Amino acid sequence: MVATIHASQQTSNLKLQLSLMLLLRSFEKELTALSQSGKLRGSLHLATGQEACPVGFCAALDPQDTMTVTYRGHGYAIAKGVDFKLIIAEILGKQEGLCHGRGGKMHLVDLDKGLLGANGIVGGGIGTAAGAALASKMDGGHRVSAAVFGDGTVNQGHSMEVFNMAGLWKLPMIFFCENNLYAEMTPLSRSTAVIDLTRKMEAFGIPSVQVDGNDVQAVEEASQEAVRRAREGHGPTFIEAMTYRTVGHYQNDPGTSYRSQKEIQSWMELDPITRLASVLKVSDKDLESMRQEAVGKVKETIEWAMALPDPKPSDLSEGIYA
Amino acid sequence: MIAETASKTLSFPQAIAATLSQEMARDPDVFVMGEDVAHFGGMFRCTEGLLEQFGESRVIDTPISESGFIGMALGAALVGKRPVVELMFVDFSLVAADQILNQIAKTRYMSGGRVGVPLVIRTQGGGYKGAAAQHSQMLEALYVHIPGLRVVCPSDPRTAQGLLASAVRCPDPVLFIEHKQLYGTSGEVPERELLLDLGKAEVVKQGTDVTLISYSYTLTLALQAAENLQKEGKSVEVIDLRSLNPLDFDTLAESIRKTHRVVIAHEAHGRCGVGADLACQIQERLFDDLDGPVLRVCGADVPVPFAKVLEDEALPSAEKIEQTLRKVLGV
Repeated sequence: MVATIHASQQTSNLKLQLSLMLLLRSFEKELTALSQSGKLRGSLHLATGQEACPVGFCAALDPQDTMTVTYRGHGYAIAKGVDFKLIIAEILGKQEGLCHGRGGKMHLVDLDKGLLGANGIVGGGIGTAAGAALASKMDGGHRVSAAVFGDGTVNQGHSMEVFNMAGLWKLPMIFFCENNLYAEMTPLSRSTAVIDLTRKMEAFGIPSVQVDGNDVQAVEEASQEAVRRAREGHGPTFIEAMTYRTVGHYQNDPGTSYRSQKEIQSWMELDPITRLASVLKVSDKDLESMRQEAVGKVKETIEWAMALPDPKPSDLSEGIYA
Repeated sequence: MIAETASKTLSFPQAIAATLSQEMARDPDVFVMGEDVAHFGGMFRCTEGLLEQFGESRVIDTPISESGFIGMALGAALVGKRPVVELMFVDFSLVAADQILNQIAKTRYMSGGRVGVPLVIRTQGGGYKGAAAQHSQMLEALYVHIPGLRVVCPSDPRTAQGLLASAVRCPDPVLFIEHKQLYGTSGEVPERELLLDLGKAEVVKQGTDVTLISYSYTLTLALQAAENLQKEGKSVEVIDLRSLNPLDFDTLAESIRKTHRVVIAHEAHGRCGVGADLACQIQERLFDDLDGPVLRVCGADVPVPFAKVLEDEALPSAEKIEQTLRKVLGV
């Protein structure tokens, strides 16, 4: 009986995760269209194909746990519980947006949901995540903190300083690395001599694990183990989630000049949404109707947000100091 | 008349350490981190005794990783701590420039004013010690230039105590720049807690003939120059700016409307420096009150040289300030 309840609970969680991945995919698709039509300002860094990472990882965190993410991190913000509507309003530069239109897409932050910040600087938020972990350790270590970043960040000097201190002080944190094989347009093999990132972590005394980043269940399982270790005082874990963005680095990069069609195609066959739908035995028809539902939600929210008032120019200098 | 509150004499580093101790005892969220701050007591003895009082969890020795630990201070501040970081030399702030200028300074604005970063970066700068170009700079202008940080320079043990206590309690990030020449000085500080307003300048010597604006160690030189001219009957009003950002323009304006003449003295390079900005703002806002050009005494626009004769040539002195005051006064 207990096992049956557990299994059905698990299926229902996975269905929610499938919906969430579809929402993230639709979010990117609709915003890309908006950007291409000139209605969205600024860069749009995409993570299409990587949805299992935010959804699986955030499932392992508690509400009070904290995280920093990158300019490609909107999926984590949504999965961590930040109000989807406020994110869209912010991306459209509205006063009602999450950051009152001052930050935009690259600077989403919501302390109430544990999101300590997305970041415009590669690796810029690694120290922030570790600092929250240090604070947690001072208070007994029950809250864990996560730094989410891509493979490019591993080569930033700031990151190495933080890896070193996190390993040294056994901070209650997780380094969640989405290895999508390319730092912007440059492959990992042309960025570093040791492409197995988990080996680099040995030097910092940080245990690491490599996981299929397109398998939401595998991501969640590895993340839960890392969170457990952190909460029990065993220090940080580095998770290398192997994944792939099937689109370009940002909206104006088709992503095809530095990657072969064959390579892109081989990863599309490992699409995390299709895979989870198959595990759950969701029919094509049902999947399509779930997709339509997600698209509808995004479109409706965009429509709502576009009608909101802009910030007032006379308020330009508000909010720099307390 | 009410008697002055009881006071004591402390060296500058003792005043810093006493203030940190006071603030850590007051608020359990305050902690100190930096290179050699715990077991060694700080390169300049400003954290001496804190480890014994508060233990290793609140007095933290870091590796030589300025970018890393300043970034961690930001994260700790976001979840409710009040970090006070010691950055051994302001020159080293440049390896942490992204964390200070892109992350810490901008967090509040980028969040639409919703997320504050209450932390203090205590550091020291300045020359006169033969420490050459990478250990002698005054870099305040870089940090005033980017909106979001409060930048404070104490000028003696008393202002160090009062401004540091206020900085620790400030909801904004504060870059607190001490001067290495001040570490060897002592002065009277009150026995009781002292809080000085951040963002307020102070007239430290009243005068009527010219306004001399300075801060940090250069204020000591400015006061010497003012005393020298006093002997000739020239009355120099000396203002300690203390806070470079925000700027207390009102106090400057009040003085300038009285004296109609201005000299600004600081140790940092002249080009695009604090003095250049002040001179510009003064002529923009007080042009009709001025009886002559606003003059500056600044560090020369060269990397701080090693040899004593060259360093002396490059940096302000009481004599150089006096010469400039004479020029403005026509004496």
